[in-house]
Amino acid sequence: MSVHLLVDFGSTYTKLTAVDLEEERIVGTSKAMTTVKTNVLDGFNNALEKLKNANPNMKEITAISACSSAAGGLKMVAIGLVEELTVEAAKRACLGAGALVNLVFSHHLSRKEIKQLKAAEIDIILLAGGTDGGNQECILHNAKKLADAKLNVPIIVAGNKDAQDEIEEIFTKSGDEFYIVDNVMPKLKQLNVKEAKEVIRQIFITKIIEAKGIKKAEEQTGEIIMPTPEAVLIAAELLAKGHEDVEGFGELMVIDIGGATTDVHTIGAGFPKRSEVIFKGLQEPFAKRTVEGDLGMRYSANALVSLVSPYEFKQYSSYEHDISAAAKKRHDNVDYLPESEEEREFDRALARICCDYSMSRHVGQVEVVYTPLGNMYYQTGKDLTDIRYVIGTGGVLINNEDAKEILREVNQKSNKKLELRPSDPEFLIDQKYILSAMGLLGQKYPKLAIKLMKENLE
Amino acid sequence: MKTIVIGVIGADVHAVGNKIIEHVLTEHGYNVVNIGVLSTQEDFINAAIETNAKAILVSSLYGHGEMDCKYLRENCEEAGLSKIKLYVGGNIVVGKQDFKEVEQRFKKMGFDRVYPPGTNIEDAITHLREDLGE
Ligand code: B12
Repeated sequence: MSVHLLVDFGSTYTKLTAVDLEEERIVGTSKAMTTVKTNVLDGFNNALEKLKNANPNMKEITAISACSSAAGGLKMVAIGLVEELTVEAAKRACLGAGALVNLVFSHHLSRKEIKQLKAAEIDIILLAGGTDGGNQECILHNAKKLADAKLNVPIIVAGNKDAQDEIEEIFTKSGDEFYIVDNVMPKLKQLNVKEAKEVIRQIFITKIIEAKGIKKAEEQTGEIIMPTPEAVLIAAELLAKGHEDVEGFGELMVIDIGGATTDVHTIGAGFPKRSEVIFKGLQEPFAKRTVEGDLGMRYSANALVSLVSPYEFKQYSSYEHDISAAAKKRHDNVDYLPESEEEREFDRALARICCDYSMSRHVGQVEVVYTPLGNMYYQTGKDLTDIRYVIGTGGVLINNEDAKEILREVNQKSNKKLELRPSDPEFLIDQKYILSAMGLLGQKYPKLAIKLMKENLE
Repeated sequence: MKTIVIGVIGADVHAVGNKIIEHVLTEHGYNVVNIGVLSTQEDFINAAIETNAKAILVSSLYGHGEMDCKYLRENCEEAGLSKIKLYVGGNIVVGKQDFKEVEQRFKKMGFDRVYPPGTNIEDAITHLREDLGE
């Protein structure tokens, strides 16, 4: 027993983290371009060589665990009945499993929506709708529509239990690959995504990895056990909760600003903090992840700048930029690295926007309702005002001297008073880019993973 | 088992009657989905859609029931709940008003059954049986 190697096949880089199990320390990290188009093992071997060259005395690697977000990550579609209820529950199951939710549909699927489904690149469909014993008619309609569409995409059925048998018949007849799991909302407002998440992971491991050309990696790394974002969520949860006698950090948030998306993970109950505030809507998951597909530093740069007016952009940057040209340059060249101070400042502005906007969409909100008896306060989503730590990760943040300054957008509150953002958190940066690796390591060595995170987050 | 959505509408916090209604209806074999106090029309409607409820029993105790219940029927229609039965009870208007008139007003708003203060919930069960079958 000596070195456990953790591998993340990312969309751009294949990243390695070597952990010495006896000395309980990180020996080293390395990265090389991901090579899905040719042979993923090339990128892996390049990174491994770098790691070995930089650490010639590294002990023998005795175990490897890997996760992946290469080749576009895991793309899912969430289908439910009412938008605020089973649609939201289905979406949360997908996000919690580390997927990107590309399409979301409520109520009865229309021909137009089926067309959208056919045109989209999808790895898995999650079909929900109705509480147990509740509405069956809608999910049955949607199952028939999906069967007729012949999409050739695995379908997870996580809706009203009473409709399961009939849906089983529908998909057996159509020859679709399908999995029947527990309802994501068995009772009104009750969230139950555990089994759905497990099956998503199972399909990811057995099918998606192969379809994306990453399977070959397993010849050397052993089974790729989960999508990268799930590993990050697991790491965050471990660090927050602790394990047995190893204490955790308590409620925390992780912000991962990437080239294509910004992910926000929070670990915490988020219940209303004041008695006059009433919680509304679907139960919130303790470990919650949201992903913003229009907030990213490179691939999503055009979409990002289209969200803010030039006037608003000035709030994030003191320079005069040709905004659309600078965004286009980044979109068209995803490996772009800024060279001048002005270009660096533009990147910082993009990062600030990612941070600010993803926060608006992630945190709960309080709404004032004017009633005959005076004002009342309704909270939807999580109250994260008391979050103690905000951890930044992702290439932009870890390579940026101003990372903590950028993260301060998290409690940028000026005109967003009703958003329940962290009010006075401590900021930490995932300097060595180890969070996903620690999620993987934590599967077997939770205490060690917590220890290493505590030591290496600065 | 028939599903019934119950709750207290508007900014109303009177919780005791609501719990009793849940208890009694459950004892009589209904699947009760209780959305509790401080519920909006949207909460009632969303709950009824997902749970395939056959009736919504609205409680209002604090006197502002008429305002809170306005357009509930129309909003149900809009959400595709055209067959759902709507009952309302509690102290649905301010002070002591002629109940016949109150009943007329609420029926005009689309409620199927309207109950005066102090109604025994068992009375409503008789009506549920009539309206929804055994
Ligand atoms: C306890 C109480 C409170 C408590 C509530 C505590 C709680 N969280 O539950 C507190 C102190 C908070 C309170 C506050 C207020 N209250 Co108050 N309260 C009462 C009181 C004394 C008892 C209510 C109760 O629990 N009854 C026992 C339960 C079992 O009976 P019930 O609620 O009526 O429900 C039964 C039936 O009505 C029926 N039913 C109810 N809904 C439905 C629906 C259907 C479809 C059917 C078939 C039957 C049905 O079945 C139920 C079970 O048997 C009543 C007076 C009274 N004696 O009724 C006033 C009373 C309801 N309150 C009243 C008022 C005005 C208020 C306030 C506005 C006072 C104020 N100015 O601040 C506030 C409003 C607060 C708010 N936002 O809702 C008035 C309402 C007057 C009106 N409608 O014209 C009442 C009638 C007192 C009065 N005579 O003036 N109140």
